Amino acid sequence: MPDTILGQPIDRIDGKAKVTGAARYAGDRRAEHPAFGVIVTSTVGRGTINKVDIKEAQAAPGVVLVMSHENAPAQAPFKHAGDRHARPKPQLNGARVHYYGEPVALVVADTFEQATAAARLVRVSYQTEMGAYDLAGNRRFAYTPAELVQGKPDSSLGDFDKGFAQGAQTVDATYTTPYQSHNPMELVASLAQWDGDRLTVHCATQLVDAAHHSIASTLRIPLENVEVISEFIGGGFGGKLPIYGDAILAALAARQLKRPVKVTLTRQQMFSVTTHRAATIQRVRLAAGTDGKLTAIAHEVMSQSARMDEFVESAAASTRSMYAAPNRLTRHRVVPLDMPVSDSMRAPGDAVGQLAIEQAMDELAYKLDLDPVELRLRNEPTEDPEKHVPYSTRKLVECLKRGAAEFGWDKRPSVPGTLKDGQWLVGFGVAAAIRGNYRRPATARVRMDENRHVTVEMDMTDIGTGSYTIFAQVAADALGVPIGQVTVKLGDSSYPQTPGSGGSFGAASCAPAVHDACMEIKKKLDAGQGPGNLQAEVKSAPGEEFKKFSQYSYGAHFAEVGVDTSTGEARLRRMLGVFDAGRIYNSKTARSQLVGGMIWGVGSALHENAVVDQRYGLFVNHDLAGYHVPVHADVPAVDAIMLAGFDGKSNEMGSKGVGELGICGAGAAVANAIYNACGVRIRDYPITPDKVLRGLMRPANLAQQR
Amino acid sequence: MRAFTYERPVDLAAALVAIGQPGARFLAGGTNLLDLMKVEAETPQHLVDVSRLPLDQISEENGGLRIGAMVTNTALAGDSHVREHYPVLARAVLNGASAQLRNQATTGGNLLQRTRCYYFYDPSTPCNKRAPGSGCSALQGYNRIHAILGASDACIAVHPSDMAVAMMALDAEVEVEAPHSHRRIKIADFHRLPGNTPQNDTILGAGELITAVILPPPPPGGQVYRKVRDRASYDFALVSVAAVVETDGERIRSARIALGGVAHKPWRALEAERQLAGVPLSDDALAAAGETAVKGAQGHGHNDFKIPLAARTVASALAEAAKQRKA
Ligand SMILES: Cc1cc2nc3c(=O)[nH]c(=O)nc-3n(C[C@H](O)[C@H](O)[C@H](O)COP(=O)(O)OP(=O)(O)OC[C@H]3O[C@@H](n4cnc5c(N)ncnc54)[C@H](O)[C@@H]3O)c2cc1C
Ligand code: SF4
Repeated sequence: MPDTILGQPIDRIDGKAKVTGAARYAGDRRAEHPAFGVIVTSTVGRGTINKVDIKEAQAAPGVVLVMSHENAPAQAPFKHAGDRHARPKPQLNGARVHYYGEPVALVVADTFEQATAAARLVRVSYQTEMGAYDLAGNRRFAYTPAELVQGKPDSSLGDFDKGFAQGAQTVDATYTTPYQSHNPMELVASLAQWDGDRLTVHCATQLVDAAHHSIASTLRIPLENVEVISEFIGGGFGGKLPIYGDAILAALAARQLKRPVKVTLTRQQMFSVTTHRAATIQRVRLAAGTDGKLTAIAHEVMSQSARMDEFVESAAASTRSMYAAPNRLTRHRVVPLDMPVSDSMRAPGDAVGQLAIEQAMDELAYKLDLDPVELRLRNEPTEDPEKHVPYSTRKLVECLKRGAAEFGWDKRPSVPGTLKDGQWLVGFGVAAAIRGNYRRPATARVRMDENRHVTVEMDMTDIGTGSYTIFAQVAADALGVPIGQVTVKLGDSSYPQTPGSGGSFGAASCAPAVHDACMEIKKKLDAGQGPGNLQAEVKSAPGEEFKKFSQYSYGAHFAEVGVDTSTGEARLRRMLGVFDAGRIYNSKTARSQLVGGMIWGVGSALHENAVVDQRYGLFVNHDLAGYHVPVHADVPAVDAIMLAGFDGKSNEMGSKGVGELGICGAGAAVANAIYNACGVRIRDYPITPDKVLRGLMRPANLAQQR
Repeated sequence: MRAFTYERPVDLAAALVAIGQPGARFLAGGTNLLDLMKVEAETPQHLVDVSRLPLDQISEENGGLRIGAMVTNTALAGDSHVREHYPVLARAVLNGASAQLRNQATTGGNLLQRTRCYYFYDPSTPCNKRAPGSGCSALQGYNRIHAILGASDACIAVHPSDMAVAMMALDAEVEVEAPHSHRRIKIADFHRLPGNTPQNDTILGAGELITAVILPPPPPGGQVYRKVRDRASYDFALVSVAAVVETDGERIRSARIALGGVAHKPWRALEAERQLAGVPLSDDALAAAGETAVKGAQGHGHNDFKIPLAARTVASALAEAAKQRKA
């Protein structure tokens, strides 16, 4: 490896601004003489608004505007078709209520406190209708969606039934995963300001370009009259792919009031006004011969979708590429419910899909009396089994082997319920990880001034992942300047267009553009120009490699878990992930992403669950005291190893997606470790003490004891 | 949040006068009250900030301990006398909330914190505790964290405090002050069962200020606080047990058992305690005590698991406490 800053674990360059408060998030933005808007949300899950009584709210101190569907300005109609995140997002545009917690009014006042108080005084009466809120109970209404992001909803190869019947051992199990809420630390917020017919919106969005289109089209104003700024984002996880009512309502109110308006969602509103991860019911069937080779794989997924806005949780998509087996079947079905809108959440599809399939593989390993690492090794394909193309790069075997060695997998108790530590039973679990690798077109602008100071501009975002830092590294490397001489400017719609942050494609899409633009500058320098006043703007786009090759990043998780035999509490003790994500631009920020993903996987296994009150369609535990994510005590020793790699088919820089990889499979490793610890197999996530306890108390339980 | 007025009286007497204003409430650490005001589960018109009254001392008194109402949870758990002689209390407090919250939360406020029932926090749903007469959403709704003992059809909420459970096992008393009265209330009588008036968590009268909690001399025996929860920290108890067990090595001399997360108040399992007194120490005896502790318990669906969980946790906490056997 040449002496390069690329890949180095340097601290994030925006870190100081963030910890000192100098970094301004959308909600921190200030404007002259602002007004503050607070959203009022529906208190029924399905129905029609009879009347919005705003009298009392309007008379409350400081209130300058109350908006509901009765007086909201006309906007472009909602469209199902088209780019999901660039579509018009009209607000307060009808009397229909589609879900509990949908915006039904906006109250704007001189202060945030006044608006908050007055928001409670808006009286909304409804014609309530019976809604459908239960996924399992409404499965008869499941339908086949037209397509997934990854292609067709269904796939099949060979003869599944025959292959399944041939198996010496089979698994036929149903796994369920609950609703999850993104709820990043930063609340969704917007500050909108008009200057004549020009609008500026500071908002928290992962996709500046999509937000730009979405806002302009909703308001029916020319794109060039709108500027969207999202300089810092306090976590996205997919929850900030769309824009929400805050952006549109702030813009509408600001136009009407002729003063800047800021709208921030409450923590509680984040659960319904923003999107969530859909609940799923997944049936997995596996069959294998005594040699441990799979003869058949089926993965059938049913997921919730908002009735008003279809979203498919493509949980079985990666199953098509993961393991070799001659007979295969995947299916995706969608159940429309009167629930808030589901959308992508960190590793959409894959995160929940692997909670199912990677636990099923574990179950199969026990049936075959085979080490679960070995079972996976025996089913390593030589090419993509359904697409019949080679893998761009695939180091799953190395991930598994390296992980097993580093973790001390050989110390795993082969019989569940046999390793004790005081009141705890201890178990080891493994799971593999696969995550689709994506790349989209991106354009970067690079400038160099007379002091050789380099400025990079893109409408890309940094949602906390380290984008600012890695683009500075790419530019510093390409131009041979110290990183301190590079300024990276992101998150403004006036900068060149990129796909933004989502689907782990940000770095793989944008880094090549930055690199190429730098190379143009270098060419000019080499030709004797400059250094002052140099500029290059280069678009970089994927070619045929995504058709010719099967593109994924990979990993293997190893978890050690303790289960308290009297209470059923399952606690992680340590965890290791080994990952194949191609070239790593910054081993520190990448590791943070991977570890963060793994921790989310731990939360998926043990904690996270947005519970629906089946009578109202309400997410009951809608705050961070009731909605559990792991805290420090839940994640004692979690580490990630990144295998050295370079995937030139992914992009010229050799990187693959990192941000979502860590969560994939992580929860299944924990679930499998719980089984290994105490012989209790829980297929209904999250694996909370009540469920484990029930298993422990079953007379047949291997490890039954007090 | 509704608009409210605020004052910080200079002394106890002024505080007791100030609280006479309509809609007035005491404010201590604010970690519970302010949250409830933000969601309008509580809507006081006037706040009387008592957090700086000189009630923040811990002192020995008659072989026991006097804990000022404004002693923070952090100070209480860190006090060397508490740690040495009332470890069950130190452990219980440390098992609650987070370090940041404990720095702010007070002893009086902790006793008076309100239930974490989801519906109580959401004014868009019926709740008898928040809006008497509106109904109980939890009864037929999501009641995984709710009561198995002493509940009523009007309310099945639980009291969420860890600290109070330990104090229950320690037979603490709550010292209360009003303009013309001064009384001490046994902690067992302080919190109440919901009955038909779940809006009242305690028997405290309007305007009464908690000034201190009094601990009698430490009970003999090993002390254990065991909290069962969904995650390892920063989470309320599904079930918790404060256990004090005195043995002679073979026989149990005496035992005390208090449970959290199971009822509208910290729950003392007196019958189970009596059952243990004088019997040989054995796993069976402890398991039987656990069963007795949940006698008559009733689940509401999602929380059915709490019945066996409470029984098992009682047994394991007792076993742990018996092992400590302090001379
Ligand atoms: C996220 C979160 C997690 C938590 N987890 C736990 C947990 O695991 N276990 C646990 O036990 N607790 C937990 N808590 C609750 C915490 O312990 C309480 O919020 C805290 O103890 C309340 O104390 P305070 O001084 O802040 O009370 P405040 O919020 O100031 O007051 C609470 C109530 O007591 C009244 N009051 C206060 N002092 C007096 C007084 N001296 N006399 C009369 N009335 C008074 C107030 O009027 C108010 O009604 C948690 C809280 C949060 C926010
Ligand atoms: S259990 Fe009590 S607090 Fe909860 S909804 Fe019912 S009445 Fe309200």
